[in-house]
Amino acid sequence: MQRTEPLNTPIEAQLAEPVIAPGQDYRSVTQKISEIVLMKNTPRGWIVGFGIAFALMNVLLVSIGYLFVEGVGIWGLNNPVGWGFAIVNFVWWIGIGHAGTLISAILLLFRQEWRTSINRFAEAMTLFAVASAGMFPLLHMGRPWFFFWLMPLPNTMGLWPQFRSPLVWDVFAITTYGLVSLLFWYVGLVPDLATMRDKASNLVVKRVYGMLALGWRGAAKHWHRYQKTYLLLAALSTPLVISVHTIVSLDFTAGIIPGWHSTMFPPYFVDGAIYSGFAMVLTLMIPLRRFYGLTNVITRRHLNNMAKIMLVTGSIVFYSYLMEMFFAWYSGNEFESFMISNRFGGPYAPFYWALLFCNAVVPQALWSSKIRANELLLWIIAIIVNVGMWLERFIIVVTSLSRDFLPSSWDLYIPTGWDYATYIGTIGLFLTLIFLFIRVLPAISMFEVRELVAEKEGHLPHQH
Amino acid sequence: MTKIYGLIAEFDQPKPLIEAARRAKDAGYRRMEAYTPFPIEDLTEALGRKESRLPFIVFLGGVAGAITGFGMQEISMTRLYPYLIGGKPLSSWPAWIPITFELTVLFAAFTAVIGMIALNGLPQPYHPVFNAAGFERASLDKFFLVIEARDPKFDMVETRRFLETLNPGNISDVSHSPDESASEDDFSEATTIGVGKWEI
Repeated sequence: MQRTEPLNTPIEAQLAEPVIAPGQDYRSVTQKISEIVLMKNTPRGWIVGFGIAFALMNVLLVSIGYLFVEGVGIWGLNNPVGWGFAIVNFVWWIGIGHAGTLISAILLLFRQEWRTSINRFAEAMTLFAVASAGMFPLLHMGRPWFFFWLMPLPNTMGLWPQFRSPLVWDVFAITTYGLVSLLFWYVGLVPDLATMRDKASNLVVKRVYGMLALGWRGAAKHWHRYQKTYLLLAALSTPLVISVHTIVSLDFTAGIIPGWHSTMFPPYFVDGAIYSGFAMVLTLMIPLRRFYGLTNVITRRHLNNMAKIMLVTGSIVFYSYLMEMFFAWYSGNEFESFMISNRFGGPYAPFYWALLFCNAVVPQALWSSKIRANELLLWIIAIIVNVGMWLERFIIVVTSLSRDFLPSSWDLYIPTGWDYATYIGTIGLFLTLIFLFIRVLPAISMFEVRELVAEKEGHLPHQH
Repeated sequence: MTKIYGLIAEFDQPKPLIEAARRAKDAGYRRMEAYTPFPIEDLTEALGRKESRLPFIVFLGGVAGAITGFGMQEISMTRLYPYLIGGKPLSSWPAWIPITFELTVLFAAFTAVIGMIALNGLPQPYHPVFNAAGFERASLDKFFLVIEARDPKFDMVETRRFLETLNPGNISDVSHSPDESASEDDFSEATTIGVGKWEI
């Protein structure tokens, strides 16, 4: 919907830019989005970016190879700190994925039309983040080749998983999340794959898109069922995404470790996940829209709205930090209050202060519409939030484990080079997949943007 | 002899297409379909259809998921592999809820997608409407209405005349085979083709 109230300042006018620039038609928007994929010459910037990402992905392959040879001893894990980077990265990546589902499902149910030009990309981001996340618990198992023991499969020993354990719930939650996100993404792609089929000039390319499009021909009765399915998937994904990070947080709360054993964790984790996810969407989207000249379909309005969601979720995260401190004091539990003073002044104190700076202080800048209108600053803030959210998981996992109840069993966790290599490697994997996605599939939902054009230009009989 | 699938009329925007569909329905045509580059809500109603099976099928899928999830946990934890820990009850059902929920969503989502694809008759790589001239723009910027030859009211001359009253950008034949190009001249012999073997 267009804003009707008068705009006071040029900044506000900029931020209230329509979700799609006026004067576009079906052909121009389709052309703009599809040519990114169908252009003959791969842009040099893409090759350089992909090259860097691919090199980083090879760091991951080497790290995993060495891990399989030597075992988890190559990481800095020790007896109190058995979780380390593997779980920190797992939670970080899963959290990043949540923004994609939020944008594609929850914003759809709330009829937020600005989601249209960013949902495809955000869903792809979800998939790749889940792929990066899912790897860590498997690598973290001492014998990753027995990963299928996590599943309730028939076996000669007659064993079953312990279904009362949140860790087993997690297996189901992550698997379901990954598969449902894949379905959602693919269903959204089908009509666009048909467009690609019809636009491609190379016969092989045409056939491949044609096969993936399942013979989609845009029949009215197909669209009707299609839209029903899409709404149903959105309605199913919405509670799903909340359940996933809730269950991830239960991995912690089911333990009695100070700093984990808290009823606040599920909403705190779900919110933090959305926060970090939006930060990642902004981190990727701001350079993407500039590089491919997509400023007509991904407008400042999108960036502004995402920045606002970051501000809201960031404030809730900040509130959660304050509540953690309050509980530590109010409970009168000495282990809880030690946990907080250990965070502020213990061996990992610099990480905690950095976390507060990144997640609580810096995002306050987003109250200013001038900053929300400044792409570069917004991009820097988004990256800072990504770092902050990683630090948050590091603090939760490591400080609590390294100093729990008995001082005699305290020990510090010092990440090794392989810890860092594995982590950086998954960033490489993630970026490699993102680069490939941008090159071979339409990164913006073309049919939904066409629908938006029809709505904006008044080509539909009535609007809801 | 040319085998005709139907007649196709091309429009530039959704509004005239919806209007055309409405008028075709009022004129008594039933075997028709619209093809559009994006979903248009009013078309379903204009074409006189209602499809409501899918949500119920998805509901059944969800129920199947819930029963599978809950049953698997209850049976395995009470009979197949009972863990006795701290005297806790074997049938500790609140702990089964998360997995029951996840499997409900998983089964319902797969049912929704597979159900939609199956009810739509996809994957269907070939369809006669792809033979229509300029149909590749149905996925880009054109809106089509096809009146099929198997409609009892279909008549090459009358139907074409009727379509012309709708002011489409273009009207052409939809051939049943890809190699026979549908030209404007061959409709005279095509009129003799009845509904015949294409009737389902």
